[in-house]
Amino acid sequence: MTEFTPVSAVAGGALIGLSASLMLLANGRIAGISGVYSGLLRPRAGDIGWRAAFVGGLVLAGVAFVVLQPDAIASSSSRSLLWTVIAGLFVGFGVRLGNGCTSGHGVCGLSRFSRRSLAATLTFMFTGMVTATLVQLLAGGAL
Amino acid sequence: MNQIFSSLVAGLLFGAGLAVSGMTQADKVINFLDLADGWDPSLAFVMIGAIGVHLVLFRWILRRESPLFAERFGIPSRTDIDGRLIGGSALFGIGWALGGYCPGPGLVSAASGGASALAFVASLTAGMLLFHVVDEALKGRKAAAEATPAEAAEPTKVERRSELAGSRA
Repeated sequence: MTEFTPVSAVAGGALIGLSASLMLLANGRIAGISGVYSGLLRPRAGDIGWRAAFVGGLVLAGVAFVVLQPDAIASSSSRSLLWTVIAGLFVGFGVRLGNGCTSGHGVCGLSRFSRRSLAATLTFMFTGMVTATLVQLLAGGAL
Repeated sequence: MNQIFSSLVAGLLFGAGLAVSGMTQADKVINFLDLADGWDPSLAFVMIGAIGVHLVLFRWILRRESPLFAERFGIPSRTDIDGRLIGGSALFGIGWALGGYCPGPGLVSAASGGASALAFVASLTAGMLLFHVVDEALKGRKAAAEATPAEAAEPTKVERRSELAGSRA
């Protein structure tokens, strides 16, 4: 059970929107995390620095919160390690096949009314809700 | 240098936004997706905040001729909805619900050194690499099937096309 936190949710969301806007204004790029990160896995000359800097920024932000406000970063979840690993494989393969995740399609794509991103977002929200609800109904929420 | 510094700041902002909004707590994400038990709609409000800001700034930024530190804007122009988009997004949604992480929160949470986040980032990376391998293999087979013996020596066109199709959303 987690608490509904609309104020911090909107505030954090606004920071995410600012980040996406900064990427676009400064570099003309979409802040799609799966795309930025996967580009590091097959590096091309001249295309590494900004990707590494963005991902480094994400991790540094994590470090700052771990030090200053550790409750914000959960170190565990209700899912077992085995299912977390299976989840990662699905996410990694899926976001590459579908060309984006919650940030690229969900935030950036929806903001510019992209048809593709709307279709992608509706799809992953739907399969995500069906999966999580089934896990709850069939396994009591624990995997 | 400017590109790298601005990307670092954008990464910091994005990571801070995920942590502030609670999206770095996998159970909070799971409780948004799970409609059967004590629904937590917070994630929807994260989307509202992010899209609310970006929707406005996006239009304002694109009035410029070019970005500050690059020659042009790289905005995806595809509008077709194909099986790869839907199939990939469907798989992503399933994985998202199984683990409670999407790529951003996974990378931010990895800073905690927690086994769950580290395991997720490792298998996320493996899943991406697996896709690259499968995708290359399928492309190679398709190129071989399409090319007659005379054209087989010149596969550039096919490769180029698939490369463009694979550009980011």
